[in-house]
Amino acid sequence: MCTYSTEKVEVERSSAKGPAGWFPLRTATVYYDHPVHAPDDHTVNIDFLNPDQGPGARVAVELSLDTARELIAALQTTVDRAKDH
Amino acid sequence: MSYDAVLAETVGIRGHGDDLVEAYTARPMAPGPRGGVIVIHHMPGFDRATKEIVRRFAVTGYDAICVNLYSREAPGAEPDDAAATARAQGGVPDERFVGDARAAARWLRDLPTSNGRVGTIGYCSGGRQAFLTAVEVDVQAAVDCYGAFVVGRPPEGFPLQVAPLAHRVPEVAAPLLGLFGNEDAHPSPAQVDELEKLLQENGKSVEFHRYDGAGHAFFAVDRPAYRPEAAVDGWRHIEAFFATHLGA
Repeated sequence: MCTYSTEKVEVERSSAKGPAGWFPLRTATVYYDHPVHAPDDHTVNIDFLNPDQGPGARVAVELSLDTARELIAALQTTVDRAKDH
Repeated sequence: MSYDAVLAETVGIRGHGDDLVEAYTARPMAPGPRGGVIVIHHMPGFDRATKEIVRRFAVTGYDAICVNLYSREAPGAEPDDAAATARAQGGVPDERFVGDARAAARWLRDLPTSNGRVGTIGYCSGGRQAFLTAVEVDVQAAVDCYGAFVVGRPPEGFPLQVAPLAHRVPEVAAPLLGLFGNEDAHPSPAQVDELEKLLQENGKSVEFHRYDGAGHAFFAVDRPAYRPEAAVDGWRHIEAFFATHLGA
């Protein structure tokens, strides 16, 4: 995990569902580094966290670069459409 | 038939700031005296693979210990959750790491089996910390496995606390073995060359090995980065290096 590359986002008015159910989110970290589980040397990883509720209050994803690109496009499309609602 | 047994267990030790921190230790169930090894876990944390490395050193004939460097941020958490928490909080401060490493060295030397000699080995972020240990802690040998940012500076805006350590090269007080993959970007082959040159220019005892076809984390048997040929040869060098410097 030595790219060390990390972007950190403060998260407001958002929630995630972890092993213990839904919890409010406080931060998200995004980084390109070695995954724990996904079958590639490096993946785009996102940790959705609530430090107030301990390290287990975490929803983690490890995305291939192609999947991350598709997700960015899908998020962009969805956010753009939101103004029409 | 020869008797082959180790004792492996979790212990608490008093680390930096007298904090009680979790550690994993493995020791041969045979009389000493023998050397000790501080294992420094990789950035993914105090995980099963790291504990296997600790046991391997015990099987090889050393008292070994690895401090959970994320004990304070995430006590009792799953290793991946603990690593994510530590990353979100900016990583492990060097000063705190050094305090924990000194405590680990003291713990090893206090064992009745100790011969007084202690070495260290670190992987990934732990490679940089092994270098720092060779500067700050009384050790007789240090092994840096692909540690980034010993030389070279992290990009601007990096939230993690990883300052370069090249200016500390004159203070390195232990022989240093370095094992690196030529496909690695952190550290890059050019950075490995730069570090080796700096160590040589400062008259330090240095032994670097580089592996073609291997990148970062080539020792990690549970990851796609694993490269058996590099890892097997790397282990051979590690065992010879510690036998030379940590023997009675």
